[in-house]
Amino acid sequence: MINLSNDAMLVADELTLWRGELCLFDGLSVAVEPGQALMVRGPNGAGKTTLLRVLCGLTRPEAGQVHWCGEPVETSGEQFGRALAYCGHQTGLKADLSLAGNLAFAARLAGLHGEPWRDIMAQLGLASRADLLVRHLSAGQQRRGALVRALMVPAQLWVFDEPFTNLDAAGRDWLEARLDAHLDRGGMAIIAAHHELRPRPGLRTLELAEAR
Amino acid sequence: MVTVVSAILRRDLELGFRRWGDVASPLMFFAIVTALFPLALSPAREVLQGLGPGVLWIAALLAMLLSLNALFRQDLEDGSMEQLVVGPHPLPLIMLAKALAHWLLSGLPLVLLAPLLAVTYHLPAEGVRALCVTLLLGTPTLSLLGSVGAALTAGVRQSGGLLALLILPLCLPVLMFGSRATALAAEGEVVTGPLYLLGALLALAVTLVPATSSAAIRISLD
Amino acid sequence: MKLPTWFHKLGSPPHFYRLATLLTPWFYVPAVLLLLAGTYGGLVLAPADYQQGDGFRIIYVHVPSAYLSTMVYGVMAVASAIGLIWRMKLAHSVAAAAAPIGAWFTFLALVTGAIWGKPMWGTYWEWDPRLTSELILLFIYLGYISLRGAFDDRDKADRACAVLALVGVVNLPIIHYSVIWWSSIHQGPTIKKLDAPSITGDMLWPLLVMILAYTLIFAALLLQRVRAEVLDRERNARWVLDIMGAPAQGN
Repeated sequence: MINLSNDAMLVADELTLWRGELCLFDGLSVAVEPGQALMVRGPNGAGKTTLLRVLCGLTRPEAGQVHWCGEPVETSGEQFGRALAYCGHQTGLKADLSLAGNLAFAARLAGLHGEPWRDIMAQLGLASRADLLVRHLSAGQQRRGALVRALMVPAQLWVFDEPFTNLDAAGRDWLEARLDAHLDRGGMAIIAAHHELRPRPGLRTLELAEAR
Repeated sequence: MVTVVSAILRRDLELGFRRWGDVASPLMFFAIVTALFPLALSPAREVLQGLGPGVLWIAALLAMLLSLNALFRQDLEDGSMEQLVVGPHPLPLIMLAKALAHWLLSGLPLVLLAPLLAVTYHLPAEGVRALCVTLLLGTPTLSLLGSVGAALTAGVRQSGGLLALLILPLCLPVLMFGSRATALAAEGEVVTGPLYLLGALLALAVTLVPATSSAAIRISLD
Repeated sequence: MKLPTWFHKLGSPPHFYRLATLLTPWFYVPAVLLLLAGTYGGLVLAPADYQQGDGFRIIYVHVPSAYLSTMVYGVMAVASAIGLIWRMKLAHSVAAAAAPIGAWFTFLALVTGAIWGKPMWGTYWEWDPRLTSELILLFIYLGYISLRGAFDDRDKADRACAVLALVGVVNLPIIHYSVIWWSSIHQGPTIKKLDAPSITGDMLWPLLVMILAYTLIFAALLLQRVRAEVLDRERNARWVLDIMGAPAQGN
């Protein structure tokens, strides 16, 4: 079902980024291979979100480059776009559409058929909310809705920003199990989290220091 | 390619119908501004016939400008734009679809309302027809040009006045050709020349704008 | 693309700063000398025009300003393109520094054009295609400057403004020719051209001298403004602190 290639790899070389007078990171290198997960930790304002955005090609680093399968992410376009599931700080859901409507839009763009979000939604406790407008959902439910969108596409690389924050204990366990399965299949994950991930083979932690 | 354009069109049109107030307010603005001129200047038939083409075109331009500010703002704030950018589809195509959706929601209604307002300015049938044709050719160009400005200012606070300052000079040729063609047609002259020029501007905008607004929206997202 | 070393060296702020400091007087001094010569030639040596009398002498300010108003835009656009393509911050500084100068020259061209219009057309303002294009150019400069001011983040401002400057390059000729077409269809070709159709040698040389003088003044002003811009952008860099003789701050 998922086309996971074994030689796929995300490599970031010597990333440097300043925000105004603050140096978020200088000469940071990261590499993630199939079956590996990278947990990004650090105090608030350390640049976790920014690093994730750089790795997705949303934010341009001052120096350094991010490569996907040997190609810079800005130019690898479709290939990287198909491989990536990004769940950012913002939900990416339209407040004036229903949750199901939002997910249907995302599914159409990803070329998926049917309603691939049903199961995931149930697991995250959103089954009864599918037809509500997103603006009527709580902030936590909206964040979980964004997670559903990221999980329903068959992507090899997960880049998730604080996915555990709005989950209860059962939801966390479910997501951890899902992550295990993803890594077993040769997936990769980059996750910014306060929450400590369960130790597993292939899990590494990147500790970002406070910006200077 | 068709999927992404039709998906974005469907979504944006649905959002437009959900928030019909946002769609209707430029239309009402268009109607009110055109109603101001006869009251402020003179209701005399010959004055209005002279002013009509210019006034209707300026009002249409300002009405479109009114709706441009919101073109990418919401998409940027709720993160749906970054989802589109990281997705597999070419960004210029997405930007083209966004501009097309904007035109369908705020350009096309103006074209449909224009003949009604033109009649209140006593434009002859020839002039009304020319007004509709020039608006039909010109407003998509305005949507496209506007999308560049909207993409550049999407991440800026209080961008309304700034957007007008950036966009209006770029829109001048469309305004000049559109209103002059209407005026000439109302006087019974042949207007194929300016119509071709309007078409040329539209073709140029369709070719150059998507890449430019993609670059602009990437900067705003950064 | 492989770029020559001098290009990289020029792009390095401390190197450019030293070079600019060295060069600035070499532009200012000849500029002032030429300005004096051109003013003397234009106001004293050149004969009065047989039609316009002494009124025509305003061309010695008007024509150089009008010429520079477009030339500066060209400099800005080229700098913006270099900044975008090779990600050279110094080029963005050049574009940022050039914009207000260009706006002032445009303003000067408009004002002198209007003053000249009074004796020529009997009115300060006429919707003449050249004056109209010049006015639009002023709006485009103002838009550029406002856009730059609207961003908090300097890097974003640089890139957004560069895109705007390049959009302007495509649009300015379109706007210019549209205005010409529009006025030809609108008013008929009744308006006299601003520049005298025939110009005698002793009227011409002061004009050329003035154009050169203005160009040199622009270069000098630009260098000075870029130096200030570079200092501001690099205010925490080691070499700036050294130049300023400031004690090094922590970190």
